[in-house]
Amino acid sequence: MDSALLIHRLHFAFTVTFHYLFPQLTMGLAPLIVAFKTLALRTNNQKYNAAARFWAKIFGISFVMGVVTGIPMEFQFGTNWSHFSRFAGGVIGQTLAMEGTFAFFLESAFLGLFLYGEKRLSPKAHWFSGLLVFLGAWISGYFIVATDAWMQHPVAYTKLADGSVTLASFWGLVFNPWALWQYAHNMAGAGLTGAFVMMAVGAYYLLSRVHVDQAKLYVKTGVIAGFLFALLLVGPTGDGQGRNVAQSQPAALAGMEALFKSQQGAPLLLMGQPDAASGRIDNPLAVPKLLSLLAYRSWNADIKGLDAFPQDEWPQNIALLYYSYHIMVGLGIIFMLVMLIAGIQLLRKKLYDTRWLLWVLMLCAPLPYVANTAGWMTAELGRQPWLVYGLMRTAEGFSKTVTAGNAWFTMLGFLGMYTLLAILFLFLVYRELEHGPGVVAAAASKKGVRK
Amino acid sequence: MPTLWFCITAVMVAVYVVLDGFDLGAGAIYLFVSRTDDERRKVIRSIGPVWDGNEVWLLAGGGVLYFTFPQLYASAFSGFYLALMMVLWMLMGRAIALEFRSHINTPVWKSLLDGVFAISSILLTIFLGAALGNVIRGVPIGPDKYFFLPLWTNFRVGANPGILDWYTILSGLCTAAALSLHGAHWVALKTDRDLQKRSRTAAAVLWPATLLLTILSGLATFTMHPWLLDNYKKFPPAYVLLLGVFICLGLMPWFRSKGKYLAAWYASALYLTLMLVAGIYALYPVILPATDPSRNLTVWNSVTSDYAMSIAIRWWIPGIILAVVYFVYIYRKFAGKVNLADGSDHGY
Repeated sequence: MDSALLIHRLHFAFTVTFHYLFPQLTMGLAPLIVAFKTLALRTNNQKYNAAARFWAKIFGISFVMGVVTGIPMEFQFGTNWSHFSRFAGGVIGQTLAMEGTFAFFLESAFLGLFLYGEKRLSPKAHWFSGLLVFLGAWISGYFIVATDAWMQHPVAYTKLADGSVTLASFWGLVFNPWALWQYAHNMAGAGLTGAFVMMAVGAYYLLSRVHVDQAKLYVKTGVIAGFLFALLLVGPTGDGQGRNVAQSQPAALAGMEALFKSQQGAPLLLMGQPDAASGRIDNPLAVPKLLSLLAYRSWNADIKGLDAFPQDEWPQNIALLYYSYHIMVGLGIIFMLVMLIAGIQLLRKKLYDTRWLLWVLMLCAPLPYVANTAGWMTAELGRQPWLVYGLMRTAEGFSKTVTAGNAWFTMLGFLGMYTLLAILFLFLVYRELEHGPGVVAAAASKKGVRK
Repeated sequence: MPTLWFCITAVMVAVYVVLDGFDLGAGAIYLFVSRTDDERRKVIRSIGPVWDGNEVWLLAGGGVLYFTFPQLYASAFSGFYLALMMVLWMLMGRAIALEFRSHINTPVWKSLLDGVFAISSILLTIFLGAALGNVIRGVPIGPDKYFFLPLWTNFRVGANPGILDWYTILSGLCTAAALSLHGAHWVALKTDRDLQKRSRTAAAVLWPATLLLTILSGLATFTMHPWLLDNYKKFPPAYVLLLGVFICLGLMPWFRSKGKYLAAWYASALYLTLMLVAGIYALYPVILPATDPSRNLTVWNSVTSDYAMSIAIRWWIPGIILAVVYFVYIYRKFAGKVNLADGSDHGY
């Protein structure tokens, strides 16, 4: 592999992976914070306002990180992937510009008001500004997913004389069928991160026997939301997205499942180590015929293996693709089980006293991050060797004028910068957790308290 | 249609410069006008609720540029690679410093982030100006429409330019002075007592510097590229733009001496807008001049299809009206002098 290509790929992969650690939490927490604000308005119980205020702080820290690591993403389309931008800018520039116009303006305007304007606004107006921030975050998610969806499944374009593509149908681009499933699946994943983090913080407080009332609220909210999102992830959205891949990217599906040979009634591989060179799986553990059933709703459906495609159209890194996919699915099953047990304990009103389960809930906090990252790696590694599926290869898209040396220079800069940001983020969140949600009564009675 | 979108992009860039300009400028004069922690918090709080929204104009403008003139976006972003990456790092450092300064209440932490905030703000104002300088001076576009500029070569504006040379440094300094002046008007408007007095002094020092640098970079521009006057000669009423620049400059100290800081802020905002418009008008229809003029990127050879542009106008207009509504609402909500006592418990 040409070294400039490799470094440009690493550059984007690293910065986008790091970036997405933050929006998944903010997009996940946003609806939960709005739920707290709504309950506060309805019941006039100040514990909900205290919860909203506490989580808004965590949200705010994560949001700032998301903003600062997000700006480089739009830039990198031009800086590191200029040939791709020239080729596809006439199409995907639309969704990116719409994200700026419809989502970023909304979010940035009302976040300041939501975080710092509680005393300037009526309770209803404050609730509304929270709702608009939630809306902005989720709209932003849609336009980014729609951009990626076009690269996964290009639609609604025509070719121009100079070889580049331009938009042919606005609604075709915005309602790309790929985007709808991918968005639903992705947002369920983000919701899961928000729910698991909230639940884990509650479990940590309960285990520490501090802030008990707030902690119970966090665990309860987290378990209810987590149960819902875990169900949505596996059920309709994971299945829908999987069938998208099966229909439009059969080579990616074969790579994800490490299915080297085409066959009827293909098995679903649960575990094992694929070896792309020899086309063999070491230590396989498989369920016969299940893959055919899941992909095409028939036990004996014909599934194309990698041997059905020319080797230069295989995803280049079969092993990493296979592991990413299996980690995502494996974690999805674990989430379902944990949520099922926690849900049952919640209904039996024993959740807050089941200490082993609280330990599990606390330690699960990082796992949705792993699953979301693995999911995105599955999508993007599966798309290879294409940058725009079937239209432009990744090797054709990077900035030919930016040498490997220059790209290394900025890659190292980002590595250093992001290491500092990661330390700072963990430290600031730790401080907020240590500080805790504060005393509810004081928050209710005092106005104009400040540090 | 390409001309319309060219104008839209220009407007969005102008709004960005006027809005993010004052918060960058406030950052640039930050260490000079505010001494105590309370004063520093006041400066930060005067821009805190709005800086992120201001910066979105850059992203939204970038997005519009991306789909209307993909060739320009691709060529310019990869060509200015090193400068843009450094701008990114400074934007990130600045945002972090601004947002997290009050999260940790120790003097060392605050001093550290004060430094990061002020230095990145100053460097950003210089880089922003240098970027505009590059666009006016032109770049060595190759036959494939791409180029790559090193950070500097021999600091001359000849056939082998770098991102920094005497001309782009001059326009960087001019922008730094002008944005700092713009920021000083803002801080004077939003604060009172010592802080306001010092901002006034800062404005009084920055004004002659801005005047001098504006004249110098104007002369340098038209001596370097006499063809930039062509559009003015073709349509002489356009000279009004250049005249307006100096009228605005003249109005600033007058408003300041009368204590009308909002009017002074509007004057500096209009000055920045007219400077940009005058430059863009001179360039049109070129968007990025090449050292070899036959390879200039123009609105005609960098553009996407008419369909894409005519469909986009239909979402852009309602979208931008909404954005303007949010901005008017937010600025009204946070209008008036900054007051530390009314902050919520996790403010700046």
